[in-house]
Amino acid sequence: MQKKSAPVTYKFVLEKEWIAINEWTLDSRTGSYGFSIAALLFSIWAIMQFRRNKKIQLQSALGGSAILMAFLCWAASGKMIPFTGLLQGALLLSVPLIFGAMAGVLCERSGVINIAIEGQLLAGAFAAGVVASLTQNTTYGLLVAPLAGALISLILAVFAIKFSIDQVILGFVINVLVIGMTNFLYKKLLIPYQNTWNSGPILSPIEIPILSKIPLLGPIFFNQTIIVYLMYLIVAVIHFSLFKTRWGLRTRAIGEHPTAADSVGIKVNKLRFRNVIFAGLVAGLGGAYFTVGAVGAFGKEMTAGKGFIALAALIFGRWSPVGAVMAALLFGFADNLQGILSITGTPIPSEFMLMAPYIATIIAVTGFVGRVRAPAADGIPYNRGGSH
Amino acid sequence: MSKIKKAIDDTFRSITLPFLAFFLAILSGGLLIAFSDPEIYKLWRSPLEFLGTGFTSAGQAYLALIQGSIFDVNLTSKNFLLGFYPLSETFVVAAPLILTGLSVTLAFRAGLFNIGAQGQFIFGAIGASYVGFHFILPPVIHAVAAILGAMLCAGLWGGLVGFLKARTGAHEVIVTIMLNYISVYFLLWLLSTQTFLRKGRQDPIAPPVNENAQLPKLFGMDYRINLGIFVALGVAYLIHILLLRTTWGFQFRAVGANTLAAKTAGMSVPFVLTSVMVISGALAGLGGAVQVLGSEYALTAGVAGSFGFDAITVALLGRAKPLGTVLAALLFGALRAGGLTMQANTTTPIDIVLVIQALVVLFIAAPAVVRAIFRLKNVKSGTDMAAKGWNG
Repeated sequence: MQKKSAPVTYKFVLEKEWIAINEWTLDSRTGSYGFSIAALLFSIWAIMQFRRNKKIQLQSALGGSAILMAFLCWAASGKMIPFTGLLQGALLLSVPLIFGAMAGVLCERSGVINIAIEGQLLAGAFAAGVVASLTQNTTYGLLVAPLAGALISLILAVFAIKFSIDQVILGFVINVLVIGMTNFLYKKLLIPYQNTWNSGPILSPIEIPILSKIPLLGPIFFNQTIIVYLMYLIVAVIHFSLFKTRWGLRTRAIGEHPTAADSVGIKVNKLRFRNVIFAGLVAGLGGAYFTVGAVGAFGKEMTAGKGFIALAALIFGRWSPVGAVMAALLFGFADNLQGILSITGTPIPSEFMLMAPYIATIIAVTGFVGRVRAPAADGIPYNRGGSH
Repeated sequence: MSKIKKAIDDTFRSITLPFLAFFLAILSGGLLIAFSDPEIYKLWRSPLEFLGTGFTSAGQAYLALIQGSIFDVNLTSKNFLLGFYPLSETFVVAAPLILTGLSVTLAFRAGLFNIGAQGQFIFGAIGASYVGFHFILPPVIHAVAAILGAMLCAGLWGGLVGFLKARTGAHEVIVTIMLNYISVYFLLWLLSTQTFLRKGRQDPIAPPVNENAQLPKLFGMDYRINLGIFVALGVAYLIHILLLRTTWGFQFRAVGANTLAAKTAGMSVPFVLTSVMVISGALAGLGGAVQVLGSEYALTAGVAGSFGFDAITVALLGRAKPLGTVLAALLFGALRAGGLTMQANTTTPIDIVLVIQALVVLFIAAPAVVRAIFRLKNVKSGTDMAAKGWNG
């Protein structure tokens, strides 16, 4: 704790909302103690609810937020935090994570491990960037990106389902292949012929008329590019379909108990194959975010491990679409917070903040806070009438 | 007599697949090099010239690859032996690769997929570097101390994975992926601290290791080749003995083959999982030590390169056997070393090596593909890559 307590200012306003909340200043020490006490109270509440076997999602969320605010009060003493900008940046950093995690949900819920999310994102980014550059049209880039992701998925599907190869090894090798290919083509084509091959246009944000005027949330969620709106749609569709439709029930069935699913007439491998391809489409579109959705030009290995953070989000979110989205948002927030704090300067080295998602995931899988469990048949090939 | 014939037959069958897989991968890589240059599409009107130009550029690239990895005539003007400088470079790259490859191989045999060799390599490099620059010790002893320091750090880091798996069932793949990233950020942080900051430098580089801790060079100052390659080969032999001739190694293989059966037979599965990961980590860490003490002489942010990741393809190509791993590491070491020359002398980027590596492993993993292409019947298939789930 610092010796001298200084005020922390939260800057909320972006622009153009109906009611502008401007600034909120509070004393660093008061703030951190206050929020710590609040966090403690929320935890006690959570424990009491847990004892009564009730769900504690709300309490955990409130407690987590309080801890975060306490941390901010302590870390940003004497500085100003652009709160709306912080959330907005967090959402943008989460976009590829959410797409990747959704691809993971589609694969792993139907029983195929997807370590190749990184490769699918990268392929999508590359295809979108190159096609948008060659045609000077973002729409074509957006259309091709999912196909590139699906192509990578096709390799995964054929080798995992048809040849029953270990899916972890396979996913790993596919990542190496995609990194090698895109690096190779980047150096051989995209650098020497940059003007035609790697100078694509960027999507412009679309402001949704009324929704974008909601205070605080409006500019964050409803003044984005088409990719982000597609993301909302995809998350909603996947969540709804997985739990409310026949396809969803079947998908979950082949992920948990393929033999039982087969015995009632579900074509296990066919459905798995289809879902893996779907996953490729989703991740490929997410990859487009890196190029046409953000900077335009493709860069060497520009996904920079985001596919693995998406995998972490999937696991941290317990293989559920909503959980994965929440985890992705949290990881995106941590990433952005780290970026902002490393500029303003904090007592904590930025490297440790960058580690946070990975440490959180290890804690999740080791079960210190309630064990997470993968779909029972995740990663196990299904061969009718025989053991694998 | 028939025994010998059978042995030869077996060897032939078990090398057929890797050989054909490598051949296919080289071929595909060649096609990629040949037809990825947009210039040659201007020649499409005359097919012969078109194909000729394409294959010439592929041929030139592979020639440069060999010049950079085995023998280069251009270097022999002063001294014929200097022509073998590229070969010595291959061994320099191969030494850490053999060790990280063995790390993955050993874990494979106990049924664990160690993706974390990269992180363990980093911890080994940190340990070797710290002991190497912080202490002042007599020759030999200092090098040994630095190596032990590396193996201790990396062994604990790897052992953590086995311990967590044994105690909580956390899947080693998930844990090691996460630990790899944690290692990278930890290294970056460490290099920004006062202890690891080289005097008068602002960039992330640690002080150089003392001369006493450096591994001796084998053929004088002209070549970078050092004792590391013999360390690697010796360790490969020890791992071979460990796996096939000791009770401990038998336990590793038993747990790898069937965990439940091993448990029923009275083996302590938690002990095996933890100890195999300690050794596996220590091996990868030894790789880091060889890199730091043998050729780099200092800890940098990029010290691990992609040794830990290449190790996985090495172990897969070597089919999780020590000898196979050594050979695969030499091959990929040659590709790496040659790739640099290729990139410098021709327009072909070194990344083609990654493509070839990935393709080799894909073809090996799916023997059906290779069999179908070459119409083979009795090629040993890759049963060592049978699938396993997240919960398994």
